[in-house]
Amino acid sequence: MPIEHTPNYSVSRRRFLDLLLGGTGLAALIGLFYPIFRYLTPPEQEEAVVSSVNLGPAKDFPLNSGKIFRFGNKPGIIIRGSDGKFRAYNATCTHLDCIVQYDAKVEGVWCACHNGRYDINGRNISGPPPRPLTPYAVKIQPGAEEILIASQDGAQG
Amino acid sequence: MNNKMWNWFNERYKIDSLREFAQKKSVPLHSATIWYYFGGITLFLFGVQVLTGIFLLLYYRPGVDTAFESVKFIITKVKFGWLIRSVHSWSANLMVASAIIHMFSVFFHRSYRKPRELSWVTGVIMLCLLLTFGFSGYLLPWNELAFFATKVGTDSARAVPFIGDMALRLMRGGADVTGATLARFFGLHISILPIVFAVVLGVHLFFVQLQGMSKPLGHSRDDGKKRSMPFVPDFFLRDLIVWMVVFNIVLMLAVFFPWELGVKADPFSPAPAGIKPEWYFLFVFQSLKFLPAHIGPFEGEMVGIMALGLVGLAIILLPWLDRAASRERRSRWLDAIGVFVLLYFAVFTILGYVLD
Repeated sequence: MPIEHTPNYSVSRRRFLDLLLGGTGLAALIGLFYPIFRYLTPPEQEEAVVSSVNLGPAKDFPLNSGKIFRFGNKPGIIIRGSDGKFRAYNATCTHLDCIVQYDAKVEGVWCACHNGRYDINGRNISGPPPRPLTPYAVKIQPGAEEILIASQDGAQG
Repeated sequence: MNNKMWNWFNERYKIDSLREFAQKKSVPLHSATIWYYFGGITLFLFGVQVLTGIFLLLYYRPGVDTAFESVKFIITKVKFGWLIRSVHSWSANLMVASAIIHMFSVFFHRSYRKPRELSWVTGVIMLCLLLTFGFSGYLLPWNELAFFATKVGTDSARAVPFIGDMALRLMRGGADVTGATLARFFGLHISILPIVFAVVLGVHLFFVQLQGMSKPLGHSRDDGKKRSMPFVPDFFLRDLIVWMVVFNIVLMLAVFFPWELGVKADPFSPAPAGIKPEWYFLFVFQSLKFLPAHIGPFEGEMVGIMALGLVGLAIILLPWLDRAASRERRSRWLDAIGVFVLLYFAVFTILGYVLD
């Protein structure tokens, strides 16, 4: 019995091979570039979780002054207002990642990069910063009179 | 080359065709011929950059604890190290300047019009590469100004929707600007960018040789008189003289205004007052300062960065957007836009210097 040829394939042999070749090529390219892309993306680093930091005796901080301190691998700023009250924030400007400083003249926080200003309570009041500074909780250790900084989720308000 | 040597090579490699080509190449003469020099100046300064860059590599050591110290070593201990480093910095700045001048001259003469669209595109790509060169090289001495400029520059990538955060991590090699960032910028600056730049430059120059030099719009119609100058040797010798003048300017700037090193970067100190990026980013910096925190529902930052991206896209697509030029007509609108862009760039750069 003769085999009937059916030339009416919906996909021609050439097209099929083209698809196969193209598909393989594409897969090979993805296989090549995916590891490269992943290699270039830095891995998440394990960070030592810091929930509080001791800044030493409260009397070392003059009135109306500010100071940068390390909070884990983030910079923090502690401010002692003229009222004697301590306030602490993450010192990273919410605009473009610069590090802010205390401006004693206006008793506020200033970022030198783009002239952004926050008031002493960390509220963005002028210039480009879109959000207030992230506050840290400040606790004065009873007895020793030392300053303890804790992140806000450390349940200190 | 003496005759015998020439013949030896010519028998094997047919270098006569090169000579023929060089003899045929000519430069159109007209009132704007002087602008042709700026492409050549940029090319020359690229050579200076490659050479001084290789010299600096002999002593420079990337790394948070070594980068600043090694640059200090270069400029204080190594004989003429201060000169090499200053020439590298000054020549880099002049190179960006001359590339920008080259681009504006091509723009106002509409030299990007058919058939030179791709010369324009490769040129714009090279300008982007140059700016990346500048941005990455700026960080390498690991000083305070560069540290914060890099923080700001990379952080603004976050404003790009969807891919912003990923781009930020890719550029910084992590969440913050650290030694990982320095390592990345170093690799980019001394290996990836030079290779890519050399390839695009090769294509750009190949196009120019293939199509010859463009005549500005309006000069293109043949008035019967042939006004041109052979490239070899007439124009090339003029090129050499201009290069010599430029080189002397670079040397004088390097000697009398040596590039400062500044203070070593400290990731735990406030950004210093008066922080500024390199002058060619100053107009962006100044514009960002003027943007309010929020524009409608968006952060001001995002609007600014997106606008900048659109302008960049329009610049690349210019040969196709400017339909008038391909019909040898000059669009007054486009002239006005060009002047506006030039003025914006100038005014905001000056403001960046003058304001606080």
